[in-house]
Amino acid sequence: ADIISTVEFNYSGELLATGDKGGRVVIFQREQESKNRPHSRGEYNVYSTFQSHEPEFDYLKSLEIEEKINKIRWLPQQNAAHSLLSTNDKTIKLWKISQRDKRAEGYNLKDEDGRLRDPFRVTSLRVPVLLPMDLMVEASPRRIFANAHTYHINSISVNSDHETYLSADDLRVNLWHLEITDRSFNIVDIKPANMEELTEVITAAECHPHQCNVFVYSSSKGTIRLCDMRAAALCDRQSKFFEEPEDPSSRSFFSEIISSISDVKFSHSGRYMMTRDYLSVKVWDLNMENRPVETYQVHEYLRSKLCSLYENDCIFDKFECCWNGSDSAIMTGSYNNFFRMFDRNTRRDITLEASRENSKPRAILKARKVSTGGKRKKDEISVDSLDFNKKILHTAWHPKENVIAVAATNNLYIFQDKIN
Amino acid sequence: MFPKGTKRKFSDSGDEPAAGDEDVNQPSSVAVRMLSSYSLQRQSLLDMSLIKLQLCHMLVEPNLCRSVLIANTVRQIQEEMTQDGTWQIMTQALSAANAAAQCSADRLVATEVLCRQTEGGVTMSTVSPQAPTSYLPGTFGMDPCWEEENGEDEEEDEDSEECGSGSEEGDSDRLVEDSRTAEQVFGTFEIKNPAPSPDPALEELFSDVDASYYDLDTVLTGMQSAPKMGPYDLLESLSSHGPSPLSSSTSCRSDLNELDHIMEIIVGS
Repeated sequence: ADIISTVEFNYSGELLATGDKGGRVVIFQREQESKNRPHSRGEYNVYSTFQSHEPEFDYLKSLEIEEKINKIRWLPQQNAAHSLLSTNDKTIKLWKISQRDKRAEGYNLKDEDGRLRDPFRVTSLRVPVLLPMDLMVEASPRRIFANAHTYHINSISVNSDHETYLSADDLRVNLWHLEITDRSFNIVDIKPANMEELTEVITAAECHPHQCNVFVYSSSKGTIRLCDMRAAALCDRQSKFFEEPEDPSSRSFFSEIISSISDVKFSHSGRYMMTRDYLSVKVWDLNMENRPVETYQVHEYLRSKLCSLYENDCIFDKFECCWNGSDSAIMTGSYNNFFRMFDRNTRRDITLEASRENSKPRAILKARKVSTGGKRKKDEISVDSLDFNKKILHTAWHPKENVIAVAATNNLYIFQDKIN
Repeated sequence: MFPKGTKRKFSDSGDEPAAGDEDVNQPSSVAVRMLSSYSLQRQSLLDMSLIKLQLCHMLVEPNLCRSVLIANTVRQIQEEMTQDGTWQIMTQALSAANAAAQCSADRLVATEVLCRQTEGGVTMSTVSPQAPTSYLPGTFGMDPCWEEENGEDEEEDEDSEECGSGSEEGDSDRLVEDSRTAEQVFGTFEIKNPAPSPDPALEELFSDVDASYYDLDTVLTGMQSAPKMGPYDLLESLSSHGPSPLSSSTSCRSDLNELDHIMEIIVGS
């Protein structure tokens, strides 16, 4: 199994898609609740697997284009089939996943194995009948959106109009129409005239969940820009600029790196947005630009280890974050296969571990704690014992229920609320 | 000097020197020690960053975000070092060592990232305040007019080193020039493209080819089409002090020429 690089629930939560480093997409489907086992709500089983992207070679630059799936975003369901967008560094593909569980039998002009019958041999007419068959799930690429990004695509986001979507790379954001593959509109371009003046890149972008003219993009300098597409064709001048003033007492050579935003997500309500930087998660009110309304420390104990983390490149890890369905809780990952959840109302937080060794299936997860002081209590783990290779970068929360999906390197964990 | 051999760990948790046994009546010595410890830490951070920029993934395009963040860190360190004058001390020490020894890999740590040859005749030049010079690194494809200028500059450099280092006036002048040239060296990697083809058809053909990204790549991440030495050679030679068998003596010779040229730009003679 390959390293999972993205996890995403669809709009109903019935399907869960994962993309991996090998360019594969695996879709899980939730079982219908059965009366036999009332204690376990539907479990997720593999529904479909397909190869979305293949490795390519850019002959002009003599460089490989990785097939790793950077992001998957589901499209709202419009008919019996499901559709999703999946992207690697350069190309976005729209996949249609459809299932068949019936087939027609008794054609007049065709044999059972598909060979055409000689018309003269047909002596009587019959009506074909539909017979059940084993469920077959097919995934087919319906659109390929290519050649619009010079730099690595880091985000895609479906617009609320269900007709357009945006894709963002390090320096540009493009707007596409889902039906049109040979053209896209460039709506943000932060490439300087002289590349030597480049000091800031785009790290993430997302469409507003309700206002189809609004989107945000975050940068490596810890800023977020909200843009209105009605203002101009090229949204280089933002409508709103979100940045928290730096705390001068904690300034170091690493200040900029740890302020770089790795993920930005609107709340379901559309009133807030959440950003993830290296050490914290911040919730912003869209009406207040000068500072976030809430800040949650994910792993503050790493602040004194920044130089080591710079040395081993961990400081560049891009963690994602997500809201729950009601926007009352947020979740993000950390190291040592730990992930953190914060309740916005009670201000309580919890650290949990996604690991087979440390928890039995269906057992309730135990809260974990990292000891920061000198004395290490029993069951606590010290900062130096943390495994920085076990990082949880990708997490997803079911849109309606308390079911979460956590990707720990090449394993996918699905946790749900304990039912009383 | 770049720390040789012993790997100094950047003390993460702001270690303070044990003041317990120290004579409390000499706070200045403690302060001095803390300051030099900070300088050492800063220096090792600079080295680490430069190495990170050099080590490149030859096959896959490197991460632009990471490269930009590391480059910003390097600029930050360099600005701070320029402000408190340690930049000049470091470059003086470098040029002194350069005059003394042959092909030491340590100096190549800083200079390698400054000069890299790229494909297709695209070069990276550092602009000195006195004479805008187009600098073509590498053992091949050397512009003859550059070589002439280099010859002149080399002589000038040696002269100034021999008689100029003592005078205060000279030092202060050099300090001012240093901050400017250092700024240019790190702050503005001037990437010179070949003269654009006037042919509109050709331009159209290449209109969506973004060559500048590739240039920035080579600068920020040290990608090179024909490496003089691989990243692992560099690391090996960093840990061993002696002259390492990098390449043939001829390319070593031209490396020295490049080094001389860069040194005189940095030192600002």
